[in-house]
Amino acid sequence: MISNQRPEIKNQQPTTVRLRRALALLTCVLIAATLLALWVGYQRLDLAALQTDERARAVFFQLRLPRVVMAGIVGASLAMVGAALQALFRNPLAEPLTLGVSGGGALGASVAIALGAGARVAGLPLVFIAAFIGAGVAVMVVYRLARTGATVLPGALLLAGVVMNTVAAAGVVFIQYFADYSRALQILRWTIGSLDVVGFDLIWRMLIFLVPGWVVLFAMSRDLHLLAVDEETAASLGVNVRRSERLVYAASSLIVGVTVAVGGTIGFVGLIVPHAVRLLFGEDVRLVLPCSFVLGAAFLMLADMVARTVLGAGELPVGAITALAGGPVFLWLLRRQQRYSAL
Amino acid sequence: MKGEGDIVGSKQSDALIEARSLRYSYARGAPEVVSGASLSVGRGRLSALIGANGSGKSTLIRLLGGILKPSGGEVSFDGVPLASVEPRARARRIAYVPQTISSVFPFTALEVVLTGRSPYTTRFRFEGERDLEVARAALDAVDALHLAARPVTELSGGEHQLVALARALAQEPECLLLDEPSAALDLKHRAGLVRHLRRLRDERGMTALVVTHDLLLLDPAFDQVFAMRCGSITASGAPSEVLRDEVLAETYGDEHVRARQAFGRTFVWSEL
Repeated sequence: MISNQRPEIKNQQPTTVRLRRALALLTCVLIAATLLALWVGYQRLDLAALQTDERARAVFFQLRLPRVVMAGIVGASLAMVGAALQALFRNPLAEPLTLGVSGGGALGASVAIALGAGARVAGLPLVFIAAFIGAGVAVMVVYRLARTGATVLPGALLLAGVVMNTVAAAGVVFIQYFADYSRALQILRWTIGSLDVVGFDLIWRMLIFLVPGWVVLFAMSRDLHLLAVDEETAASLGVNVRRSERLVYAASSLIVGVTVAVGGTIGFVGLIVPHAVRLLFGEDVRLVLPCSFVLGAAFLMLADMVARTVLGAGELPVGAITALAGGPVFLWLLRRQQRYSAL
Repeated sequence: MKGEGDIVGSKQSDALIEARSLRYSYARGAPEVVSGASLSVGRGRLSALIGANGSGKSTLIRLLGGILKPSGGEVSFDGVPLASVEPRARARRIAYVPQTISSVFPFTALEVVLTGRSPYTTRFRFEGERDLEVARAALDAVDALHLAARPVTELSGGEHQLVALARALAQEPECLLLDEPSAALDLKHRAGLVRHLRRLRDERGMTALVVTHDLLLLDPAFDQVFAMRCGSITASGAPSEVLRDEVLAETYGDEHVRARQAFGRTFVWSEL
């Protein structure tokens, strides 16, 4: 009975009001997470030293602040893409990692690193472009395999994602094997994944790619909401299903490609965060998308904080932390989903 | 719900939807599911589309609703080619209810009904108080207001269809296209559905086309019946004209079908 009464309370307010409240709450969470992530580190933040000590200031503004910002950007991106893919495929288990999008991006990025990490095409980093293409190819292949006629088979979707990841991982190993030693080492270090960044240069370059992707997904949130309810109904309500799909693919591949190229494969952020948002604020995709964006930023900031402090002097890959948290959530969802016979 | 001006202003022809020799196949080279179907659905009338399984009824109704584009022929709605109507403008006039809706996410029934308001809102504006009112009234109109807060993943097949119908009503359309809406409904709700449709026709001048296997409900409740066989319309007219032994035998390819009139209605069955 409790579960039946909860939505009633949520739905007494129009979506606008609910969204405003949810975003206000989550923004507070984000601010708190940011302050905490800035404060905690190998050395606690010393505000007095920051004002007087030149070196402390450099460490803070060139290392810790950019890293926290980077974690926020990557977390927000992955969580939003997860929410969008779940709505598009009507599958609560969809996210960049489970659909093989991250794997495809990783393969693309390692090809680019093997060719030379600093390479640029028309002034844009080749790694970004290659990862975008890899992610795009992966999402197309997985989607083509899972779609039969008017329906996307949820089981086939996830299996195709698993195969895509495995093949892509094998591809990365091959490239590492054949690349010369220093580049192989570069690829190895990159596949472990880290949000380590010096200064804001890289962040600005990422944003050139990410902001258009974000804008497209936000603009598609209404169509995604209708698609999440039912594809045929969405079509009858005036949604151009094919065009929406293409736009969401393109935006998701772009976002995932860039985040993978920078930070390696960071799994399950796109799974945990949207589901947490749903539990808190309901199913409306127009609400889940922006809320996942904000909460995703806070989540990865905190996960990265744990990753860089838990070992004391050393550092864990942040992907290990998110996988440790995300794996159980995936299994729990899988178990819950059987009730709805979506698999 | 439409103003007087709309009715006077629009061409007062008898047909709201007219289809001329429609053709459609789901893939290039695949057999045509609809092959040369023509029909005209009367304005403000309650029409039924009957036919054997696989005769192309669901495809035809999707073509009439503009959800599929015909590979040949043309649909015109209110005298205008449907293909030239912007999809969201179309959704304000035609509402389509699919056979099944498969919700994976536990949206509440009210949330699903509110999606019917999306043709009236802009991309970045959510539904307002009035949209909520319309959605609640639509649920009330199908006696399903008590389901408003329930997750649709927990509803029964029949309740699902009531919610889908309410969503269509929330679109405030002139025309309802329903694909087997009574399939999952029990005796009471089947009759209730037809009563709803008749009330909508009488009170709002609603046009409705219903795909159905429920031949017992047709006479005298419906105004018009179309019989479909192998992708084209083979018979049409008043229920009493279409519900005849020889017509039904041809439509269903079954010479055991019998239709008899009694108590002012037509009973249809197939001899065992």
